[in-house]
Amino acid sequence: MNDFIDLFFNLDIMAQAWPLLLKGLIVTLQLCGVVIGLGLVGGLLLALGALSPRRWLKWPAVGFIDLFRALPPLVLLVFVFSGLPFAGLDLSPFVAVVIAFFLNNSAYFAEVFRAGIQSVPKGQAEAARATGLSQPQTLAHVVLPQAVRNVLPDLLSNTVEVVKLTSLASVVSLSELLYSANMARSVTYNSSPLILAALVYLAILWPLVRLISRYQRGLAVH
Amino acid sequence: MRFLDTFFDGAVMAKYLPELLSAIVTTLWISLIVVVAGLALGLVMACLRTLGRWYLTLPIVAFADIGRALPPLVVILIFYFGLPGLGINLSGPMVLILVLGGVLAAFAEEIFWAGLTSVSRGQWEAGRATGLGFGQTLFEIALPQAVRMGIPPLVNRALAITKMTALGSVIGVKEILTVSSSAQSFSGSATPLTMAALAYLAIFLPVVILSRVLEQRYAWAV
Amino acid sequence: MTAAISPTPSAKVHARPMLEINKLGKSFGTTEVLTSIDLSVRPGELVFVIGPSGSGKSTMLRCCNRLEEPSSGTILLDGEHVTACQGRALDKMRLKIGMVFQGFHLYPHKSVLANVMLAQVKALKRSKADAKTRAIEMLEHVGLAHKAESMPSELSGGQQQRVAIARALALDPKVMLFDEPTSALDPELVGSVLKVMKQLREEGMTMLVVSHEMEFAREAADRVVFMDGGVVVESGPPEEIFGNPQSPRLQSFLSRVNRGGE
Repeated sequence: MNDFIDLFFNLDIMAQAWPLLLKGLIVTLQLCGVVIGLGLVGGLLLALGALSPRRWLKWPAVGFIDLFRALPPLVLLVFVFSGLPFAGLDLSPFVAVVIAFFLNNSAYFAEVFRAGIQSVPKGQAEAARATGLSQPQTLAHVVLPQAVRNVLPDLLSNTVEVVKLTSLASVVSLSELLYSANMARSVTYNSSPLILAALVYLAILWPLVRLISRYQRGLAVH
Repeated sequence: MRFLDTFFDGAVMAKYLPELLSAIVTTLWISLIVVVAGLALGLVMACLRTLGRWYLTLPIVAFADIGRALPPLVVILIFYFGLPGLGINLSGPMVLILVLGGVLAAFAEEIFWAGLTSVSRGQWEAGRATGLGFGQTLFEIALPQAVRMGIPPLVNRALAITKMTALGSVIGVKEILTVSSSAQSFSGSATPLTMAALAYLAIFLPVVILSRVLEQRYAWAV
Repeated sequence: MTAAISPTPSAKVHARPMLEINKLGKSFGTTEVLTSIDLSVRPGELVFVIGPSGSGKSTMLRCCNRLEEPSSGTILLDGEHVTACQGRALDKMRLKIGMVFQGFHLYPHKSVLANVMLAQVKALKRSKADAKTRAIEMLEHVGLAHKAESMPSELSGGQQQRVAIARALALDPKVMLFDEPTSALDPELVGSVLKVMKQLREEGMTMLVVSHEMEFAREAADRVVFMDGGVVVESGPPEEIFGNPQSPRLQSFLSRVNRGGE
């Protein structure tokens, strides 16, 4: 038992590692901000493309979505980080991570937006067009607000996935939270920094995960 | 032409193909165990939760929440680098199966449970009123409906988690990404990474397309 | 046809009530919804319960098979204590009490035939072959044998409700409880369900019906019970209840119903 506490919950080591982890946490949050922002915009555009009646828009969008849903994000990341330099594109780890996760994540957000837009009855758009709103206006003021509300749990759960996803950036030596923690582990030969990192992730994500469950239950009631 | 040589070098492809094939087999069997064990465990937990005993519900909810909130890579590192300090030595594939199976179980429990709670009270009453016991009503009436509702999200989740077998590359599991990464650094060519991407597409693209079909099917049936 | 329902030929002669509700009380927290209800249904009798919404009719009915747990009082079925049963014994008891719900509650993932067979096989432990024969027989009885292979979602509300009746009948219950069986139906579909109920009555089934179909009560009921505020206010033959209501509460209820205000 003492071994266990010493190896996993060593407060001294946690205290030593904390400044390093805090720096990592800031990188993680920056990464999340950029990837979620880009993912939402890209996802929305892709969803609109996938729902378009124009074939030259629809099929490329659907193809993009399926391609990047099928590729593991880590494979995408390694490909962008280690593969593209062969083509003469040398990217910093941060940029490589942003590109790889943007590709992965916009595909996921696109699926959520698509389901949301499809969940809004056609009559809503027709009513809006009948009152003289343009197509973009109809989308912005009538369809999207309802769509987003209908898929809010999925949007949230995708956001949680992005935060978890950023931990993969440690593989390409981007000094985010997990990388910093693992660094501290290998220096101290003690797993407490990893546990500390896990606790930080839990502190951020547990409330969101609870909220998602609440939502799903709430939807199930009626 | 330089592009083709870099990413689609025939000689490199031929050289590393056998190794890659055995890596594909590894990825497949690990995925299979993860999916079967994860879904089974999730189902059992959701069923136990219907009994409404706090001493069952509390640990199940805690497990499901933590499993959904923690990035799998953090847990993988803790298991792989931390547990040996306690004299518990798990092989890379074992760690991967335990962690990914556990994560899938956490998500599956929530999906099955959401399905069970959305089966209307009237269905339970109809079962009980015709003399069926609690277990019979659960297994014959509630669960089949819950599973059916859960199929699209379960397929998506199982897909997302089996893609994480690529995380095995961090702890030396000889799966697709590991083998192709090392081939890439030995050969000095990006071609093995292309092969890895194609291998993943061959495995997962059919599942992505299947998930589309299933979603459409079940969207209209309810 | 009549033989299928297995009524006791001498049913109406029996002295003992088939269903007996004694001093039934039910509260939700501090709210009392039923107060000392006494009601008995003789074999082969059709008793009709009317009353304003919130009067406790449905709760009373649901206490009879313990979907709702009574707070006090006893329920007897053919002399056996329903209220004393627990666990497996309660499941067995429920086999003898058929129930039809307002919302049908057919199992959407099972075919019509499988809906009618399920409890026969799992709870009554009939062989699949016997259960199937019995199910087809009951579906014929409600005029839906040709829909045996359909899924519930392919049926109209009236057809679904008739399947639900067949599902209950297939278990050979001693009494049938109907909880507003036609309230969820479009007006043009109500007739088909009432027809089946009338046919059941002619075959001697004991029935306790909560419903707003006053016309049907007038022509088919042996006795009408008026409930309000969790108590039985008045009961008697339909011609008295509708023709010569005694209590002011029943009078005002009937005038509201007749004006279509209910």
